[in-house]
Amino acid sequence: MLQSAEIGPASGVSTTPVMALSGITKTFPGVRALSEVSLELYPGQVTALVGENGAGKSTIVKVLTGILQPNEGRIEIDGQETTFPTALHATQAGITAIHQETVLFDELTVAENIFIGHAPRGRFGLIDWPAMRRKAKDILDRIDAPLDPMMPLKELGIANKHLVAIARALSVDARVVIMDEPTAALSQKEIEELYELVERLKSEGRAILFISHKFDEIFRIADRYTVFRDGQQVGAGLMSDVDEAELVRLMVGRDVDHIFPKSEHRVGDTVLQVEGFAHPTEFDGINFELRKGEILGFYGLVGAGRSELMQAIFGITRPSGGKIRIDGSDAAIHSPADAIANGIVYVPEDRGKQGAIMGLPIFQNVTLPSLSQTSNRGFLRLAEEFKLAREYTERLDLRAASLDQDVGNLSGGNQQKVVIAKWLATKPRVIILDEPTKGIDIGSKAAVHAFMAELAAQGLAVIMVSSEIPEILGMSDRVIVMREGLIAAEIAGGDLTPETLVRHAAGIGAKP
Amino acid sequence: MTQFLKSREALLIAVIVALLALIASRFPAFIEPSNLSKVFNDTSPLILLAIGQTLVILTRCIDLSVAANLALTGMVCAMLNASMPGIPIPVILAIAVSMGAVMGAINGLLVWTLSIPPIVVTLGTMTIYRGIIFVISGGEWVNSHEMSAAFTGFPRAEVLGLPMLSWIAIIAVAMFLLVIARTPLGRAFYAVGGNPNAAVYTGLNVGRTQFWAFVISGTLAGLTGYLWVARYAVAYVDIAGGFELEVVAACVIGGISIAGGAGTILGTLLGALFLGIVKNALPVIGISPFWQLAISGSAIVIAVAFNARASRTKGRIILKRAEGTA
Repeated sequence: MLQSAEIGPASGVSTTPVMALSGITKTFPGVRALSEVSLELYPGQVTALVGENGAGKSTIVKVLTGILQPNEGRIEIDGQETTFPTALHATQAGITAIHQETVLFDELTVAENIFIGHAPRGRFGLIDWPAMRRKAKDILDRIDAPLDPMMPLKELGIANKHLVAIARALSVDARVVIMDEPTAALSQKEIEELYELVERLKSEGRAILFISHKFDEIFRIADRYTVFRDGQQVGAGLMSDVDEAELVRLMVGRDVDHIFPKSEHRVGDTVLQVEGFAHPTEFDGINFELRKGEILGFYGLVGAGRSELMQAIFGITRPSGGKIRIDGSDAAIHSPADAIANGIVYVPEDRGKQGAIMGLPIFQNVTLPSLSQTSNRGFLRLAEEFKLAREYTERLDLRAASLDQDVGNLSGGNQQKVVIAKWLATKPRVIILDEPTKGIDIGSKAAVHAFMAELAAQGLAVIMVSSEIPEILGMSDRVIVMREGLIAAEIAGGDLTPETLVRHAAGIGAKP
Repeated sequence: MTQFLKSREALLIAVIVALLALIASRFPAFIEPSNLSKVFNDTSPLILLAIGQTLVILTRCIDLSVAANLALTGMVCAMLNASMPGIPIPVILAIAVSMGAVMGAINGLLVWTLSIPPIVVTLGTMTIYRGIIFVISGGEWVNSHEMSAAFTGFPRAEVLGLPMLSWIAIIAVAMFLLVIARTPLGRAFYAVGGNPNAAVYTGLNVGRTQFWAFVISGTLAGLTGYLWVARYAVAYVDIAGGFELEVVAACVIGGISIAGGAGTILGTLLGALFLGIVKNALPVIGISPFWQLAISGSAIVIAVAFNARASRTKGRIILKRAEGTA
């Protein structure tokens, strides 16, 4: 697309990539996470990697760092083909990653963290502490980090932990530095310091892969961009040749290849009102209403506070202010049990951690919140439990040999159905689905979507938190976009387009 | 049925039968009904404590204070009986049960409200309870001649050919089989231990569920405290010293997962019986009691290895065609 040899980068350094990936494909059971993607990283330049959640950014980072091995494709360093069977191989090739949540050791000192795995050795192969301290100090000085090498890491804030991670990258003389949303948890001042550091790494000739959702910072520090969408590379080039609108178009501009079963249904009376909901650190000023038979979508970037808000509505965390009304009267919700009693249920995002209980058979998973229904004078009636479980698992078209089967032996899609069946069995009025189809195969997705539409048609009020734009657009009657803990926009009808969602979620064109 | 044959319980039954056959080949008298009932009676305190421990371990906790609880309750009962021989046995039983329950509740409250790791809480209360025994007894023993005949007679009293102690263990097993299989609380033990996060979203109170497990464990320990002191007709500071480890061992051998959420009461019963048989058989065969420790220890290691293997095969099944057969 571009004659990079002629159009030199802004910093005017090399135009041959230090690292080039081509035709990289990585599949997981039922999911094609990466499909023949290519990515080039140039010395002394920052390449921004952008894409929606689930576009494959994390997967490519894992491929680059040797944590995952691609099924197909070619990795070249300085034009030489290579492979990374383990993470150690990638480290030795000079590739290092600074993760969103830094992967460091809290109980060790700064110096130990910097030199973990390659500490300077003295006599008898023992760690040479004075040398390690001195070298750590040298590296920290180079990046102007005012840290004591002997300080335990746990006493540092996130920004300083990033500095330690960067120092570690320098200690192995990394040629490729991957930064995965490094500014997500930093204050404005810390972000400025990080930008300076990025500039310094650039001037030392290192190639930087910068993953970010924030357009302002991409335009500020990146020289090149690569856009991923649905596991494919859909565009790459120089930042100077692109504008925000073009990047957004590349990120979201796709055909909706999935027919959504949104039925025409009547939206009824208001069931749930959330008024002035606030939390000291997660969200503020949340007001919305939900009606019978409505599917209300919640869109936003990861970390926009959507799940945190839903958890507060469900009584898992305490809000600092605001109230919930059900059918117009105040509801006191202090625990999930209260929420369930009020007809609100929450299907969490992480099925493994928060949904299914492995080790319990399917029917016991389904009836767990409904045991008062299926028991008599304090004793459980297994026949009733089977009946209830059968009723709801059949409605969801669950495929299992027997309801006695352990949930852990089911596929992800079927586990999701068990979790949803569990909640429907409580006969809720409001159901909150958090990323209901994340990580499940296409077939199960369609079943979940069809069922969601059916629920709404039956008069249930549905809140769907989703980061997948087609799903949000295809299923929702109305969408609330959250950004940084606030409601950025409420969109309905003809205004519901991929572009408006992304603009509001990323804050493009909004006041900072 | 085939599923049962592959289970831990079936394996333990096979091991126990093989063990008994092996012993019987040299010492046929060991498997006479009268001797087996003696072995069962001797194992009853272990069974009682192991049932309580099972519930605690199911909820991802551990109760190391059970033996100290047993000893303190036993000492209090013995001292009461020595000073006031007129107190009827039902009152003694009520005191034992309530004391045990209160000590269990203390553990449970610390775990629930202060979120202190259970191993730390019960290690602490274990030491405290033992310390209190010393304080109240001044290190003195309560010997059999100070106890009333009714006091020491109760656990030995025979009903339908079995001593009371055995009956209490049998009743406890039956009761907790029912609690586990047929009550919301029993189900909650598994849910809370199997996936505490998911349990929260299901509206279960994880801390409260763990609290009740500790209360039950304490109650059984208290009850056993009286029975133990009365049966052996002696009470002193170090009674049942180290017994908590044997209790945990019975659970682990019985297939209760230390990670919580998996295991059965039947497994625990079999685990306790296995240890009981080994302990009673060794002197008969003429093997030094020191070997008993080594054998119990080996059984624990083998059982844990089995548990680890079982949980590995329980992992995610990726192949679609393997799903139906799992």
